[in-house]
Amino acid sequence: MNKITNHQLYRLTVAHFAEIIREPAVIFWGVVFPILMAWGLGIAFTQKGVVTSKLAIVKVISVTDSVHETKLASYLAANAVKKDSSYTIELKNAKLGNVNLVFIETSWTNAYTMLKKGKVSMIIEDKTSETKYHFDPANSEAKTSYQLVANLFTYGSSFYTFNQSNIEPLTLTGTRYVDFLIPGLLAMGVMMACAWGISYTIIDRRSKKLLRRMVATPMKKSNFLFALITARLTMNVMEALLLFVFAWLYFGIKVQGSWPALIVIFLAGNIAFSGISILISSHTANPEVGNGIINALVTPMMVVSGVFFSYHNFPDWTLPIIRNLPLTMIADSFRSIFNEGAGFADVWREALALTTIGTVSFIIGLKLFKWY
Amino acid sequence: MTNQEYIVDVRHVKKSFKDVHAVKGVDLMIKTGEFLALLGPNGAGKTTLVEMIEGIQHPDEGEIFISGKQWKNHQHELHQMIGLSLQETRFMDKLTAYETMRLFASFYKLGINRVDEVFKLIGLEEKKKSYVNNLSGGQRQRLALGVALLNKPKILLLDEPTTGLDPNARREIWNILLDLKKEQKTSLILTSHYMEEAEYLCDRIVIMDEGKILAEGSLQEILTLGGGHHSLDELFISLTGRHLYE
Ligand SMILES: Nc1ncnc2c1ncn2[C@@H]1O[C@H](COP(=O)(O)OP(=O)(O)O)[C@@H](O)[C@H]1O
Ligand SMILES: [Mg+2]
Repeated sequence: MNKITNHQLYRLTVAHFAEIIREPAVIFWGVVFPILMAWGLGIAFTQKGVVTSKLAIVKVISVTDSVHETKLASYLAANAVKKDSSYTIELKNAKLGNVNLVFIETSWTNAYTMLKKGKVSMIIEDKTSETKYHFDPANSEAKTSYQLVANLFTYGSSFYTFNQSNIEPLTLTGTRYVDFLIPGLLAMGVMMACAWGISYTIIDRRSKKLLRRMVATPMKKSNFLFALITARLTMNVMEALLLFVFAWLYFGIKVQGSWPALIVIFLAGNIAFSGISILISSHTANPEVGNGIINALVTPMMVVSGVFFSYHNFPDWTLPIIRNLPLTMIADSFRSIFNEGAGFADVWREALALTTIGTVSFIIGLKLFKWY
Repeated sequence: MTNQEYIVDVRHVKKSFKDVHAVKGVDLMIKTGEFLALLGPNGAGKTTLVEMIEGIQHPDEGEIFISGKQWKNHQHELHQMIGLSLQETRFMDKLTAYETMRLFASFYKLGINRVDEVFKLIGLEEKKKSYVNNLSGGQRQRLALGVALLNKPKILLLDEPTTGLDPNARREIWNILLDLKKEQKTSLILTSHYMEEAEYLCDRIVIMDEGKILAEGSLQEILTLGGGHHSLDELFISLTGRHLYE
């Protein structure tokens, strides 16, 4: 009768795990989706080859002008390849990458529509006496296009081609966008899996009165929660490994720092979010309320913690807060281990903080926990 | 002072939820081996009363003794003694019936022998491998009953175990309970709003409405005391002015 397979902790863990892997949606969102996201974003931001910038030209010829040719139009007529009402100029540079500037001649109304739809990044008002550029200076693509076009008229297309010797392109592993992205996605996976996999499961079981039914037996309450966390952790390890293996094979991602430190941060991150998940699901029995609570937890961190883009563009006063959010701590630690060769000495503070957050949340959550 | 003849002894129990007085002073005693039906319409306070006996809810006033013990200090012993099915529990959808039973068996430190025995008892052997969400309503109720019987409870509490089932499925549950009754080891408290169920299964009937017990006794007793009614429904109408199930 003392077989391990009869033990309640074992049976609870098996039951939780079976429920996870038998749900196709869980497999999709936990395994397939992060890989698709890594693939899509990784490809989109590491694309080499030609960049195409599209710009709208609006010709303005006033009747009083003696000359009937506008400045830009004359330049394009002489230098560009014309096709229908668009002109293309190729700027070539082996180190910077080639750029195709495509000028589309159209009316003001059309030009505005295209700008609003994002089909062009700038409207060039082409007059006989001068050229005006209409664009949003906060849009860096438009800004780059402006500089390219302005230089083109001043110096001709050679400005882009010459002086390549002082440019040193970085293609080292660890400095590409995917190198930034993958550790962020791994961190996000831990948060999402715990928040949905633990919180939502608890709330759902409470709403179905299953928690109530279970505590009306000699089941140890802590076993229920430990089993839930263990099953989730097992799944999280598998999800993270699959994403890592994909990124390693496809993008050549490498862990330049210490593997043990990586594992410690991974575990500490799981502890942090398991604890938080139990805390936030300790009370409600309403899955819709639960949905709201979980979103309120994960959405702000998704935005500010720098999963996809660096958080250094946020105002300075927010940075100390952002850096101490659990998701940021995991993502930053992962990144420094993956890309900067960090070891345990560099990330032990984060590991400790994450473990503390998790443990404290767990203890408070357990105190508040409503089984029925 | 408790009477050992009575395995469940409920004394002056009251329970309110904010301004809803769900149970307003109930006394109830159940003998070992006795089958008792708690009849009453929706909102009568049946679930609240039963869940207080199960130790899931706690009375605001009054006391409950089970085998002479109170919940406060004897949780572990009492959990071992009782078996129950809640109104509207849903087990984990993606576990099989067998896995569900093994899970609950593990809470009582029981293994596959007892699980197999219970499947035979509830006649659900051919559905062992089905996921819970693929079972019919009646099969789910039998599974819930099986889970309640795992630990061979001295006291079995079933909250509306046949509500919403068709007559066949209901009869299957009744037959399992009648077999149990023959052994005379288990006391049953069953809530229902079906009079036939009470008549068919139980030694004693308690009629409850608005948190109070209105009548109590064997079927014959309450019909006679109530002034010679021909059926429980008639009696209920004369007591409350309403039908039992509305
Ligand atoms: N958790 C609760 N919170 C508030 N009111 C409740 C709660 N549980 C039961 N009640 C109320 O108590 C009364 C008795 O309910 P219940 O015991 O479920 O009756 P029954 O099982 O006989 O249908 C009802 O009016 C019900 O609305
Ligand atoms: Mg009820």
